[in-house]
Amino acid sequence: MLTLQFIPRAEVEHLPSSSRIRRLLALVKEDKIVLLEGRLSPTEETELIQRTMEDVSKDFKGIELCTIYPGSSHNDNLISKLRHSLIGFLLGDRQGLTVIGPATIIKEIRRDPNKVQVITESIRRRKRRNSRR
Amino acid sequence: MMTMLTGFLRRLSFLFRRRRHVKLGLYGPPNSGKTTLANRICKDWIGEEMGIASRIPHETREVVIKEKIEMKSRGRFLSFNLVDTPGIATKIDYEDFLKYNMSAKDAKQRAKEATKGVIEAIKWLDDMDSVIVVLDSTKDPYSQVNLTIIGNLAARDIPVLVVGNKVDVRSSNLRRIQNAFPQYNIIGISALRGKNIEAFYEALFKLVR
Repeated sequence: MLTLQFIPRAEVEHLPSSSRIRRLLALVKEDKIVLLEGRLSPTEETELIQRTMEDVSKDFKGIELCTIYPGSSHNDNLISKLRHSLIGFLLGDRQGLTVIGPATIIKEIRRDPNKVQVITESIRRRKRRNSRR
Repeated sequence: MMTMLTGFLRRLSFLFRRRRHVKLGLYGPPNSGKTTLANRICKDWIGEEMGIASRIPHETREVVIKEKIEMKSRGRFLSFNLVDTPGIATKIDYEDFLKYNMSAKDAKQRAKEATKGVIEAIKWLDDMDSVIVVLDSTKDPYSQVNLTIIGNLAARDIPVLVVGNKVDVRSSNLRRIQNAFPQYNIIGISALRGKNIEAFYEALFKLVR
């Protein structure tokens, strides 16, 4: 069974960066795919990768991470760019969505400017891999 | 009097600039060709290689520094310490190394060292004065690792040169990288064959001041 857990921004907003990352990583290590409202800051993203690497073990191979962020595109006109800047100013990191999942479940996250595909590994294949170890 | 003082200060700042060695980092995902590019730079300017490049991911598992590389071209001078970093990844599975005919013991050891390498590479980010981000132009540029590295450098206000490597390979697509990072001027090169390397050095002179 695949578990998706949505985390509203308000639930982690008050936490310091390190606690926020610890919380997200703990959920991922429970084999859950976390959907976080908004995005992590670039520094938090690297901190998440650092912590993930510290925790890599026989059972935890790491994470797949993807941030979907509605930023302005290069081809936008001035009004669109201003609108994006204003929304960014008002909402800050609340905009967009962050997907974090265990690498043992998410095989790949494919992203192009218009869509995001989360490709998971089948449970049967995962069990077969685990039994081989 | 004022002109003399300005001249003196300029000369003084020039002296300090000459003494200070800029740290130029090579960052990117595993197997994008960071060490191959480091070797190309070192061979071209100091006549020796810097490290071992391999088709097996995570060959560089420790930060490697080559000190005092000096580039001279058309009256311009550039001196820097080149820092080759391990590839940044969000997952490391020792089973991926088994595909390269590696023993389970060696693969596990490599995976362990690779995780430490990623942590080390991230820690070094703060120490860099300028960074070359090396991307594999045959691969999808929209990976989160690429976005995280470039986002971090932008947030830290570190000057960045984005390079699309492996342009000699048929499946290379430089336009995809340009579309993914429209705010940067992407230089397409083949570090292995030396293709377009002059344009890369030109961009490097502009990047490191």
